[in-house]
Amino acid sequence: MSQLTLADFGISQSLIAHLVLIFVVFQALVLTSAFMVWMERKVCAYIQDREGPNRVGPAGLLQPFADVIKLVFKEDLRPKAADTFLFMIAPIISTATAFAAFSVVPFGGETTLFGLLDQPLRLEVTDVNVAVLVIFAVASMGIYGIVLAGWSSNSKYSLLGGLRSAAQMISYELSYGLALAAVIMLAGSLSLREIVTNQAGTWWGFIPKWYVFLQPLGFFIYMTAGVAETNRAPFDFPEAEQELVAGYHTEYSSMSFALFFMAEYINMVTVSAVATSLYLGGWLGPFASGTIGWVWFMAKVLLILFFYVWMRWTLPRYRYDQLMEFGWKWLLPAAVLNLIATAALVIWLG
Amino acid sequence: MDLVTFYILAAITVLASIGVVSSRNPMHSVMLLIVSFGALAGLYVLLDAPFTAVTQIIVYAGAIMVLFLFVVMLLNQHKEDDPEAMPASLVRINSRGFVLLSVLLAVELAVALSRIGITTFTTDAGAVASISSVARIGTALFTTHAFAFEVTSVLILVSMVGAVVIARREH
Repeated sequence: MSQLTLADFGISQSLIAHLVLIFVVFQALVLTSAFMVWMERKVCAYIQDREGPNRVGPAGLLQPFADVIKLVFKEDLRPKAADTFLFMIAPIISTATAFAAFSVVPFGGETTLFGLLDQPLRLEVTDVNVAVLVIFAVASMGIYGIVLAGWSSNSKYSLLGGLRSAAQMISYELSYGLALAAVIMLAGSLSLREIVTNQAGTWWGFIPKWYVFLQPLGFFIYMTAGVAETNRAPFDFPEAEQELVAGYHTEYSSMSFALFFMAEYINMVTVSAVATSLYLGGWLGPFASGTIGWVWFMAKVLLILFFYVWMRWTLPRYRYDQLMEFGWKWLLPAAVLNLIATAALVIWLG
Repeated sequence: MDLVTFYILAAITVLASIGVVSSRNPMHSVMLLIVSFGALAGLYVLLDAPFTAVTQIIVYAGAIMVLFLFVVMLLNQHKEDDPEAMPASLVRINSRGFVLLSVLLAVELAVALSRIGITTFTTDAGAVASISSVARIGTALFTTHAFAFEVTSVLILVSMVGAVVIARREH
C-alpha cells in the first residue's frame, strides 16, 4: 500500500507555504503594533528629557505586553443607550480593514527558504494587479469603524469625534489618491510589485532610482495625507485628549479600546509600507536585495514610523478648522499641480 | 467553484438589499447597503473586472455611503416613522404609490425570470486581460466616451455647487 501524501488531498507545498506566510505576516503586524507602543513611549520620553518605561523587561521592551494584559483584565463596558450591534462591530471593522490593507503590500523579492521549497515563494500575501487601488479602497472602508464607534456610543463627545474624524479622513483621501496617481503615471502600472521593480538601479552609480527623487512634492503630499488619514498628530484633533475626552473611543474599554489602538498603529504601518514601496524603493537596497530584501523593507518602514512618532511629540496640533482648510485649500491644489507637472514631464520626456 | 462563489455573493447581495428596505433602523439600512455593495464588488471580480470592483468600493461603499451615513446621523433618527402617527391623507397617497410600484416590480421580475440562463465563465486569459486592463478602460473613457465623461464631471460639479449654495442660504 503506497503512502498517502498531503498532495493527494490537493494540499500542495506551495499552499502550506502561503498559509505559513499569511500567519507570519499577521503576527509580524501584531508584533509591530506592540513594538510601536514601546517606541512611541520611549521616543516621547527621550524628547521630553526623561527615560520612559524601563522596569518591565530590558529597556522596558515588555511594556506593551504588560499593557495588553492589563487591558484584557479590564471590564468591557457598554453604555446602556448604545446600539449594541454597531457598538461591537465598530472596532472589528477598524481592525479588519487595517490588516486587510497590508495584504497586497509586497515586502520582499522571491525566496525559496534556503531550498526547502520547490517553487520560489513571493514575499507578499497576494499579488493583485490593481494593488494600489485596493489599498485605497480598504482605507476608505476603515472610516466606517470610526464613524460607527462615534455614533453607537450615543455620547456627545464620541459623536463629535467620530464625525470630525470621518470628515478629516475623506478630505485627505483626495490628496492621498492624487499623490498615488502621480506615482502610477511614472511607473505605468497599478501593481505595487511592478512599481518597486521599476525603481531598481542607480543614477551615476550611487543615487538609487527611487521615486522620492523624482517626486519630492508628491512624497511630501503623500506623507502629510497619510498622517492625516491615520489621525495622527499634528492632525489628531478628533482624538485630542484635551479637547474631546478621547473622541470616538471615549466609551470603549478593555479589548475594544485595544483594538482601536492596534488598528491605528497598523494603519500607520500600512501607510509607511506603501510609502516605502511607492517612493523609497520597497525592498531594494544597495546589496543582496533578492534574498534579504525584507530587511531593507523593514528598515525603511521603521524609519518612516520613527518620523511619525517624532512628529507627534514635536509639533503642536492643528485646530480642526485649520486642519480642514489646509487639506482643501493647500494640499489638494498642490496635489493637482504635482499631478499635472508629472503628466507634462512624462509626456515630454517620453 | 466559480458558480458556488457566484451564488453565495448573489445571495448576500439580494438578502442585504432586502434588509435595506425592510430594516426599521436607518443605520442598519445603510450598513446593509454597504454589505450589498461589497458583495456586488465580489461579483465584478468574478466577471474578471477587478478595476470596476475596486472602483465600486472606493466610490460607492467608501464615499457615497459615508455621505448617506452622515445624513442619517445628523437627522438622528433611531427608527423609521410610525405609520399610525401619520395623517390619514398621507397614508392613502403612500399606499397608492406602493401598489403601483409593486405592480411594476412584479412585471419586471417576471420578465427577468423568464430570461434566466446559465452563463459560462470564460477561461481565455488573453481575452479577459485585454478587456479589463486599466489601460484599455482609460483609453475608452477618454476617447470613445469622452463626452459622457466630461458631462458627468460637470453634473457632479453642479450638484456640489448647488449643495453649497443651498447650505449657505439657510445660514
